[in-house]
Amino acid sequence: MLGTTFLLAIRSIRRHLLRSFLTILGIVIGVGAVVTMVTLGKATTAQVQQNISSLGTNILQIRPGQGFGRGGGGPRPPDFKPEDVTAIATQIAGVTAVAPQAQSTATAIYEGANWSTTINGTTNAYFTVQPWPLASGRYWTPAEQSAGKAVCIIGNTVRQNLFRGGEAVGLRFRLGNVSCDVIGVLSTRGQAGFGGDQDDVVIMPINAVQRRFTGTRDVRLMLVGVDQRYANASVQASITDLLRERRNITGGKQDDFNIFDTKQISDTLTSTTQLLTRIVTAVAAISLIVGGIGIMNIMLVSVTERTREIGIRLAIGAVANEVLMQFLVEAVVLSMLGGLVGLVLAQVAIGALSWAGGLPFLFVPDINVVAFAISALIGVVFGYFPARRAAALNPIDALRHE
Amino acid sequence: MASNPPLIELRGVTKVYGEGATQFHALKGVDLDIAVGDFVAVMGPSGSGKSTTMNILGCLDVPSGGTFLFRGHHVEALDRDQRALLRRRYLGFVFQGFNLLSRTSALENVELPLLYRGDDKKARRAAAMGALEKVGLDRWWDHTPAELSGGQQQRVAIARAIVTQPDVLLADEPTGNLDSERSVEIMELLTGLNRDSGITVLMVTHEADMAAYARTVVHFRDGLVERIEAQHPPGAPVSAAAGAGND
Repeated sequence: MLGTTFLLAIRSIRRHLLRSFLTILGIVIGVGAVVTMVTLGKATTAQVQQNISSLGTNILQIRPGQGFGRGGGGPRPPDFKPEDVTAIATQIAGVTAVAPQAQSTATAIYEGANWSTTINGTTNAYFTVQPWPLASGRYWTPAEQSAGKAVCIIGNTVRQNLFRGGEAVGLRFRLGNVSCDVIGVLSTRGQAGFGGDQDDVVIMPINAVQRRFTGTRDVRLMLVGVDQRYANASVQASITDLLRERRNITGGKQDDFNIFDTKQISDTLTSTTQLLTRIVTAVAAISLIVGGIGIMNIMLVSVTERTREIGIRLAIGAVANEVLMQFLVEAVVLSMLGGLVGLVLAQVAIGALSWAGGLPFLFVPDINVVAFAISALIGVVFGYFPARRAAALNPIDALRHE
Repeated sequence: MASNPPLIELRGVTKVYGEGATQFHALKGVDLDIAVGDFVAVMGPSGSGKSTTMNILGCLDVPSGGTFLFRGHHVEALDRDQRALLRRRYLGFVFQGFNLLSRTSALENVELPLLYRGDDKKARRAAAMGALEKVGLDRWWDHTPAELSGGQQQRVAIARAIVTQPDVLLADEPTGNLDSERSVEIMELLTGLNRDSGITVLMVTHEADMAAYARTVVHFRDGLVERIEAQHPPGAPVSAAAGAGND
């Protein structure tokens, strides 16, 4: 019987193509919007998390100055001393490693090509705090590190621009006034969370950078690896106390350095993105309900318009349930059709928006299934009332209906 | 073809519409027997109760009082769905306004009752084409009502009514919307079905020309059967007409 009902519904939908299309438009848009929003939200969250984790999780970044940037006015707070690095590494429980960083910029030259890039001087600890595998070559040895030899590990962007994408390990190029040997090429990381190309970098032993570029032994930035078993916050508090003491900040005076917890930032950004996703999805879900009301509206009109048809069916011998089922199945088939079209459109929209927003294309099976199921449910819920009305018609009156 | 018991027996059938002061007695106690294979024309002025009677005979409506036996079974006690099943199995309807589904091919229109009966596709197609052939429209099977003339539409409607091989064909002014030439065609078609397939035909009409095709004419007046006439329509076997006239 369901097969027959299904056939009747399909025939009826086919007879009224335009009306059917208009009926499902709301569902199409609703399902499309919900799926698009949820998927893009997930893609954004994933992207944010990936960006943050490319900074490294369980890492504290310590910089001079208050908060982000430099803070307003006053003399610039001093950089850190190499002794600060040692103190943190040795005195604070839960610290796995401390990587000091000294930064500079210079133009790299190799044969005809030149490329302006960032020089990051650090120690081997840098690669343990935030693992960054090599695409080829090797890290420097402790001997090279303490000697401050001009050995470089270059990012992929530098390799592309300076060596035209060719093999770079073993080659020697000029970095500012320094002649530098490439010993390794880093694997590609891509865009940083806050803009900027992480692969546009030349990493050298900190001693070499301090001696040949910055000219001081000061440390601009420290990356502190935190043991998984310790809470970032407590380690952060211990470091704060230690640095205040070492930098002679007493009483109510504010810190002249800041500690940036990547995990906390990651959590905040993730939850913000998720909240936004939920809000937008809720709005999209409302449009689904509006779509359902649209179906009910048209189905009611359709029942009135087709009163005589219902009369014919009843006279021919359709029982009330068959008429009810016909209209119900019609509503469900329509809304599922709408759901299906919505899903297809959503994939197109997701593709286009991901491409425009630089997000990875994501297919989230759950939300597609759920949205489709909801579209069917909407057909049942909003189709029931019109269907019951159709089934309750008196055949004589229905046949007489003009 | 035995004619006892009669196919249809109405005994003291009444029908009351409304309540209290606005009460209207459409039928005031109708007695009527219809034999298997008869061709009955129901006549009478409007308001005489002929349409109400037809609705009751068509199991679309129930009497307020009295009994209605169809093949010996009480119909007045059946509920809505039971009557629907009875219509599906034993009755075929032809209306004045054709009442075909628009934008639907003749074939699909004729198939409709078979869909509700649950026949499979092949059986449906075959039976529907057979019915269309009987009304001489098999070559028009894929035309929608809008592409057919009034006479053709009525013939599709007749095909739809007979596709289930019903016992009774109820026709409510089947020629009311047609010119006299088409009317004659439809009447000849109904007469042929009655004669060749043995379908009992009940037809409401107010045209004496059309009633002339029937073997029995039932006249209604003021909610009662006024008189029943037996007649010898052209082409009808005399013996059957005589049998019907015995009531």
